[in-house]
Amino acid sequence: MNEQDTDGTVTKRFMIVNRKAPHGTVYALEVLEMVLISAMFDQDVHVAFLDDGVWQLRRGQMPGALEMKDFSKTYRALEGYGVEKIYVEGESLAERGLSEQDLVIPVEVIARADMARLMDGMDVVLTA
Amino acid sequence: MLHTVNKSPFERNTLEACLKRAVPGAAILLIEDAVYAALAGTTLADAMTSAAQRFEVSVLGPDLAARGLENAALVEGVTVVDYGGFVDLAAAKGSVQAWL
Amino acid sequence: MKFAILVNEGPFNHQAVDTAYQFARAALARGHEVLRVFFYYDGVHNAHRHSAPQADERNIVARWSKLAEEHGVDLAVCVAAGLRRGVTEAVIAPGFRITGLGQLIEAGIDADRTMVFGD
Repeated sequence: MNEQDTDGTVTKRFMIVNRKAPHGTVYALEVLEMVLISAMFDQDVHVAFLDDGVWQLRRGQMPGALEMKDFSKTYRALEGYGVEKIYVEGESLAERGLSEQDLVIPVEVIARADMARLMDGMDVVLTA
Repeated sequence: MLHTVNKSPFERNTLEACLKRAVPGAAILLIEDAVYAALAGTTLADAMTSAAQRFEVSVLGPDLAARGLENAALVEGVTVVDYGGFVDLAAAKGSVQAWL
Repeated sequence: MKFAILVNEGPFNHQAVDTAYQFARAALARGHEVLRVFFYYDGVHNAHRHSAPQADERNIVARWSKLAEEHGVDLAVCVAAGLRRGVTEAVIAPGFRITGLGQLIEAGIDADRTMVFGD
């Protein structure tokens, strides 16, 4: 489970799971705010995109017409915040006719079975 | 790991999403509208019987009772727990993932 | 064992809030500790002190306040999610406090289990 560092602080494996498409509900936007905050805590943060969550990373989103914020640009800033473990499930992309080239950021595409194992090893799983 | 599912499988795919990613031996607790997935005699019952062999599947009793299903026939291999049992599962099974 | 609870939905529309509350009560009854209930997304509406359901209905907001009073459960409302929805210091019920999202991550670090209840 979690590791106790030599200085007594605890590092836990967090996973923030995105399974919902953007814009139709507020979850994607507020989850992203959660991801940014989580980066400030020196924890082992993982961000996963699966099922309709992969639509959050689709290039070319123009929610301005809906008077909504284009937060898809913020995914590009995640690396700068130290959030580097971003996983996208390959099967979820394929089911939706998407490929890595359709996404706003380079990600690690992993197979469903690997996503399952990764999830199983987490200490804290935050879903919306 | 304990997985919780709270939506009817006849309306949403969260149970399916969970079943695709839960590792063998994981615990799955059906709560709220997901309790309909535990019923015998539905079109999903065979799939659930098979799931109950791969996973430790339980269903929240108060949610069954609230829906008129306290004495309903359930899929073989599914255990009924109360809120205390829910807490025990969360404590015993390591981390918890809610499929929403 | 220490539990942290994240509530994603407002009161009434979804049973999620009821399940979170029943879980918290059951955990306390089992002798566990509930470190914090964190309210995010529309969950911030759980803190609204002007909520006034009819007398024969459960009072979700008052029920949370009572849990805080009787068991010292920390009811934390996200400031950013709250501001968007008009849930500020001026309207929160007893036992709730407005705080940053970092308190959710802290709860996840400090608790043995983090539970999420949502739609």
